[in-house]
Amino acid sequence: MIGNEMSCREIVDLVTEYLEDALSQRERTRFEEHIAGCDGCDRTVEQYRLTIRLTGRLTEDQLSAPVRDALLEAFRGWKRVRDL
Amino acid sequence: MCRVGTQAAIEESALVERLRAGDEATFLELIDRLGPTMLRVAKMYVSSAAVAEEVVQDAWLGVLRGIDRFEGRASLRTWVLRIVTNIAKTRGKREGRSVPFATLSGAEDEPTWDPSAFTQHGEGSGGSWASMPVDWSGIPEDRLLAEESMSVVQGAIAGLPPMQAAVLRLRDVMGWSSQEVRNALELSETNQRVLLHRARAGVRRAVNDYLETGTSG
Repeated sequence: MIGNEMSCREIVDLVTEYLEDALSQRERTRFEEHIAGCDGCDRTVEQYRLTIRLTGRLTEDQLSAPVRDALLEAFRGWKRVRDL
Repeated sequence: MCRVGTQAAIEESALVERLRAGDEATFLELIDRLGPTMLRVAKMYVSSAAVAEEVVQDAWLGVLRGIDRFEGRASLRTWVLRIVTNIAKTRGKREGRSVPFATLSGAEDEPTWDPSAFTQHGEGSGGSWASMPVDWSGIPEDRLLAEESMSVVQGAIAGLPPMQAAVLRLRDVMGWSSQEVRNALELSETNQRVLLHRARAGVRRAVNDYLETGTSG
């Protein structure tokens, strides 16, 4: 951690900000310069990218049938009040 | 970027119109799309799954009663999530339930990567890798994307503090934008990002532990 260089530990803390495009131009440059020359941190960023990819393959649960039915009943009640 | 946004806005506008006109298929589509998320959010604030279901019901009634006034300034799904968040919080307070921030969001000072993986001060330049992260790009796709990996991811998310899980699901599972998540869950930009970072770190660690057991040596 000398002068303007980012340490690997800092890189690890900043991965999400980097992927969110939330780093300042200067920080982004320092970040990218670091990972260009550091296998460990390059692997780290890749791990996060693949983690996001895995998570993106999940689908959300479904509502249970009773809950769904109750909601539909509520909807129909609302429609009646509106004369629909 | 504008075209995608406009297309989504047009579709949403049509959906709102159909809802106002009492179209059941539209309502069912909406509750299928948003209901599970609403339930998870409600559960963060109230005492039981049963109460959470009541909260979700109340929220949908709130949506229907307010649908004529919905102006589309926020996305529909953001608006719906805000409604359930507010009702859940109110209900939670009425139940006398106050969940500590750290329980919902996780401890603030917990490191997202094992500190022993880095060199300490005095060992050359501190903060460098003492043990190299695994190279995931060397793992065959069919292993990385296998059912077992996916259930490790599921398990990891289920074990996250609820607010971290909520942000992660909305952003990375459901693809909501950072702004939508902030609006829906009433989080600052920093807050949202920290929660997202911690959540992803938790999942990454679980997946890494799982993958490493097959790639040791």
